[in-house]
Amino acid sequence: MDFSALLSQLLNGLAEASSLFLVAAGLSLIFGVTRIVNFAHGSFYMLGLYIAYSIVEHLMGSMGAAGFWLGLALAAISVGLIGAVVEIVLLRRIYKAPELFQLLATFALVLVINDAVLGYWGAEELLGRRAPGLSGSIDILGRQFPSYNFFLIAIGPVILGLVWLLLVRTRWGVLVRAATQDREMLGALGVNQAWLFTSVFALGAMLAGLGGAVQLPREPASLSLDLRTIGEAFVIVVVGGMGSLPGAYVAALLIAEIKALCIGLGSTTLFGIPVSFSKLTLVIEFLVMAVVLVLRPWGLMGKPQATSRNSAPVEAPLRPGSTHFKWLMGALLLALAVLPLLSTWLPYASVLTQDVLVTVLFAVSLHFIMGPGGMHSFGHAAYFGLGAYGAAILFKVLTMPMPLAFAFAPLVAGLGALVFGWFCVRLSGVYLAMLTLAFSQIVWSVVFQWEDVTGGSNGITGIWPSAWLDGTRYYYLTLVLVVSSLFLVRRILFAPFGYSLRAARDSALRADAIGIDVKRVQWLAFIIAGLFAGLAGTLYIFSKGSISPDAMAVGKSVDGLVMVLLGGIQNLLGPVVGASVFSVLQDSIMRATDYWRAVFGGVILLLVLVFPQGIAGFFQQLAEAWRHWRARAAVKAAALPRTLEKQA
Amino acid sequence: MTLLQVRDLNKSFGGVRAVDGINFDLHEGELLALIGPNGAGKSTTFNMVGGQLKASGGSIQLLGQELVGRRPRDICRMQVGRTFQIAETFASLTVLENVQMALLSHHGKGFSLFRSARKMYRDEALALLAQVGMERHAERPCSELAYGDVKRVELAMGLANDPKLLLMDEPTAGMGPEERNDLMALTKRLVVERKMAVLFTEHSMDVVFAYADRMIVLARGRLIAEGDAQYIRNHPKVQQVYFGTGKTFEHEMAQQQVQV
Amino acid sequence: MNMRARFTKSSLLAGAIALVISGAAWSADTIKIGDINSYKSQPVFTDGYKKGMELAVEQINAAGGVAGKKLELVTRDDNANPGDAIRQAEDLINREHVDVLAGAFYAHIGTALSDYARQKKRFVLITEALSDNIVWSAGNRYTYRLDASTYMLTSSLVDEAVKLHKKRWALVYPNYEFGTAAASAFKTLLKARQPDVEFVTEQAPPFGKVDAGSVVQALVDSKPDALFNALFGADLAKFIREGTTRSFFGEQLPVLSIITGQPEYLEPLKDEIPPNWTVTGYPWYSIDTPAHKAFVDAYHAKYGTENLRFGSIIGYSAIQSIAAGIKASGGKTDSESMVDAFSGLKVNTPDGPLEYRKIDHQATWGLYVGKLAVKDGSGVMLDYTFKPGNTLLPSDDEVRKLRPAE
Repeated sequence: MDFSALLSQLLNGLAEASSLFLVAAGLSLIFGVTRIVNFAHGSFYMLGLYIAYSIVEHLMGSMGAAGFWLGLALAAISVGLIGAVVEIVLLRRIYKAPELFQLLATFALVLVINDAVLGYWGAEELLGRRAPGLSGSIDILGRQFPSYNFFLIAIGPVILGLVWLLLVRTRWGVLVRAATQDREMLGALGVNQAWLFTSVFALGAMLAGLGGAVQLPREPASLSLDLRTIGEAFVIVVVGGMGSLPGAYVAALLIAEIKALCIGLGSTTLFGIPVSFSKLTLVIEFLVMAVVLVLRPWGLMGKPQATSRNSAPVEAPLRPGSTHFKWLMGALLLALAVLPLLSTWLPYASVLTQDVLVTVLFAVSLHFIMGPGGMHSFGHAAYFGLGAYGAAILFKVLTMPMPLAFAFAPLVAGLGALVFGWFCVRLSGVYLAMLTLAFSQIVWSVVFQWEDVTGGSNGITGIWPSAWLDGTRYYYLTLVLVVSSLFLVRRILFAPFGYSLRAARDSALRADAIGIDVKRVQWLAFIIAGLFAGLAGTLYIFSKGSISPDAMAVGKSVDGLVMVLLGGIQNLLGPVVGASVFSVLQDSIMRATDYWRAVFGGVILLLVLVFPQGIAGFFQQLAEAWRHWRARAAVKAAALPRTLEKQA
Repeated sequence: MTLLQVRDLNKSFGGVRAVDGINFDLHEGELLALIGPNGAGKSTTFNMVGGQLKASGGSIQLLGQELVGRRPRDICRMQVGRTFQIAETFASLTVLENVQMALLSHHGKGFSLFRSARKMYRDEALALLAQVGMERHAERPCSELAYGDVKRVELAMGLANDPKLLLMDEPTAGMGPEERNDLMALTKRLVVERKMAVLFTEHSMDVVFAYADRMIVLARGRLIAEGDAQYIRNHPKVQQVYFGTGKTFEHEMAQQQVQV
Repeated sequence: MNMRARFTKSSLLAGAIALVISGAAWSADTIKIGDINSYKSQPVFTDGYKKGMELAVEQINAAGGVAGKKLELVTRDDNANPGDAIRQAEDLINREHVDVLAGAFYAHIGTALSDYARQKKRFVLITEALSDNIVWSAGNRYTYRLDASTYMLTSSLVDEAVKLHKKRWALVYPNYEFGTAAASAFKTLLKARQPDVEFVTEQAPPFGKVDAGSVVQALVDSKPDALFNALFGADLAKFIREGTTRSFFGEQLPVLSIITGQPEYLEPLKDEIPPNWTVTGYPWYSIDTPAHKAFVDAYHAKYGTENLRFGSIIGYSAIQSIAAGIKASGGKTDSESMVDAFSGLKVNTPDGPLEYRKIDHQATWGLYVGKLAVKDGSGVMLDYTFKPGNTLLPSDDEVRKLRPAE
């Protein structure tokens, strides 16, 4: 690559960075003030692009060039309004829920918005108009450079400047900054927190919408933009440092430039080995993020986060199961055990249960570090995948006998957790979560790219259990292993280590002061969770016969998160209930309607609003309330005869 | 016998010297108060002894062993217990479990994976709770307790490693006068019974003068006076630092009592 | 609890059981076809696909069915992941008691289903998934495939490539098996026919995430004489717009591009068609064979005059193939009979006759190769030729090397 080629690639990077920055800036603002991990931010971006398409198509007919620019602005504003509605109608009701719970609501929104867009705009990609006056290109050093890119290059810093002015020069901005640093202080200032949150959420959504709208002349509106964008935006926010707008800009620039350079370098030979930098773009942003987080635990320009004192009620102490509970579990186990015998009448039940059991184990392993461990993982699918691929490679490539491969595969995942966990437990909060995501994406991309061993994007097939373990026997193997794993996890949580783990989460300061090695406790928890996730992956692959990289992609990790939150993060049964409800609901809704995403999302929203403590959490509260009520009723019953006498 | 020896201890944040070359000793069975106005460097000193902050220079020796450079959990292993200014307990554990946890850790059982912890060190934990008068609340979640009770739980946890030295950072902050006296009387009793030493910081002068055997006064990171209650009360420099000129502690305490 | 409450509870339970059992019931005078596909994830393709299938089922049943039985179609969404696809397959087999399994859009799902078929000894017709592996390296007795493979798509353009006499070629393709397989097949085939060819650069952006500006720039910098493209969908639209703006495309740069001419991918481009692109595709609007015309007419009669998709003819031909297979087996739908019936099975599709090859179970699906042009504001294929599938596959000897022996 010569100098002028390098320069043009840097310019390309600048243009790519702007739109990404807009989305990331919005996400960063929202997280800073409301602590919501807004999973629907990519959907706002997508909406921005779709709405811009429609408005511009409409206005350019009547207004010409002005219609284009007006259309972009109107699209951004519309998305801002949608954001405001979402905040008021939905999020405002669940701020007091346990940490991260809002992520569940925004996940449901992603599903609903995606289907709404499909319903309204249809499935086909929509390529928008070129920008009037900026449709051509300009000659730079003998290369054609699109003139619209100059608009893009300018808009990033301009918006950065405007938002900065807003934050520094207005009372609103002062409040936003105060909220970002210390939420308790806001209450003391007598601020109407509800409207501050609404306005911030709307502004954040508007920036995302604008980010989408300005892409109109460059990329077609399509239904996959939401998930693609959210990943990139999160990476940028975290690399830049949560809550830092200049950081977000620098990060967007850094990543866009590195990508542009990789593409510019294309395929070359380094030290005699052919290297495709072009293919490296698959994972480059996650590599950058991992490196940045390992070196700078709070991103490039972020500050150490104050421990956010969550307004949610404190988790109740763990109680050993009551006799009733044990009977219930026994009955459930019995029911699961006889299920294959009923296959004449319930042919699908054991098929579905097999999958649900594996999913439950995956969710429980995630809950182990998220709930009692207090470490949020956005990349737990990596260990599921390592277990599955470990089994596949041991079985197929190293031709180990099936039982041996089965036994060793979870250890592969454990080993992965051992390495990645060491880095992750040094971080906390969202940074920890994003580092887990980075590692998981790196593992994913290695699996995706290393065709000779992992089969690349198609994966590995032919991983079936030995004949003596086939069919119903495999169901029983799964049942036994999953149930004993659940028992073991529960056992660990009631053992001194479980105490240490919760202690380290509740107060690292205190734990340290009474002699607990907090990092090591968390590290071991990470490894244990990795082992069990690996076992789930192993069970999964031998029941499906094949594995491909999507089994360890972001979507799988997000599913896990959703299950844990849906069931209730503060409850040991939460992941079991969450995973079961999630799997069964998805399976049945998928069958019932074409628009299953919207229905599924709608059901989750409903559950979110009805059970802000998660489903299992809700029933735990209900049981408590019932106990109180019964105690009160007993007192009242004693008093009742006298009351009646008086009335008579 | 000298238990703790602090020599030329200092700590800088950026260019600011928060603690500037202080020296003091603490003896077995002694209740030593560390006092001074806000920003004097009390908490900084405290956290350096506890290992939460690393000293920029100087030394802190516990029975001849250097503490500077050690992590809190290692200092804990050297039989130093502590409480925090804002009580730090494990909110999602019961009172009993909190103390059990401290005992488990002290006995090196914190990584035990499979045995149920429920019965482990239960009697010891109950005994500790009895010492601080909290045995009745053993099964309650720590998050439900009144603040004064949380402080007692913290004290019980601080005693779990059978400390030779107990560090108490503003033990009575946020408490009513009666609670204060109860807690400090309790502490005094424990010092006598267990023959341990206590180093504590405190804002409330009535507590300090009533219970401390000796006190050291910090101002702007420097040690300005050291001695018993009588000596400190009449020390002109201390009076100046606290009240400007003209006022005395007696005057101040009288006022406080009127308010109460 | 009183008697009435108890009664209600038990009758509810009985009702529930009855419901489950009735779901499991099936009648003996229909043949059930279960199709597993990425309906939700790939709506553009699968919408036409489903319509095509339903049309074929309706026509066949109107003509009296197959072997005296009516066809019945059951579809399942695989949630775009192989694990769910396998579960749906088990559901279709165990609960729905389907006779024939078909489906798969994505290559990794096709691969997984095909392996499931091998393991469970169940006949499956992979209708769309293009991976060469499905019939070659991972090929097995129980799997047949309808649509042209990646190799066939690529090889259909090699003649055109040779005719161009260009020396410096650049390649751009999505970074997953479809793209890499197409690129490597293209390089091998062209090098064999034109040994002096030079491949100056390869760009493999992640699927769905092309940084079009940088990619076009890098391609321009490599100064190619011609370009081979396997991008499609949103990636392609982005790539074309950026390439046009930067004056990369034009008469000076011939481009060979696979599947671009399929309506699914051509329609969104509207009038943005760059000059001098030769593509494979499906010009349903101008194919004038009687068989195809009849198909289009029937389609429009059933669904109104909407545009057909490539999925439409694939879905239609899939059902035709299955019907032909059942007929050839004499109405026996067990897997072994179906596998035997499909071996060498000849089927008449709207595109003409094809054959499920005995040697590798690949159907000889033919391909249209032609130039792209703009007509009435939208892209069309012009001057196309139909290349029968049997001309696009390697020699039998080579196939035997590629496919493990049974």
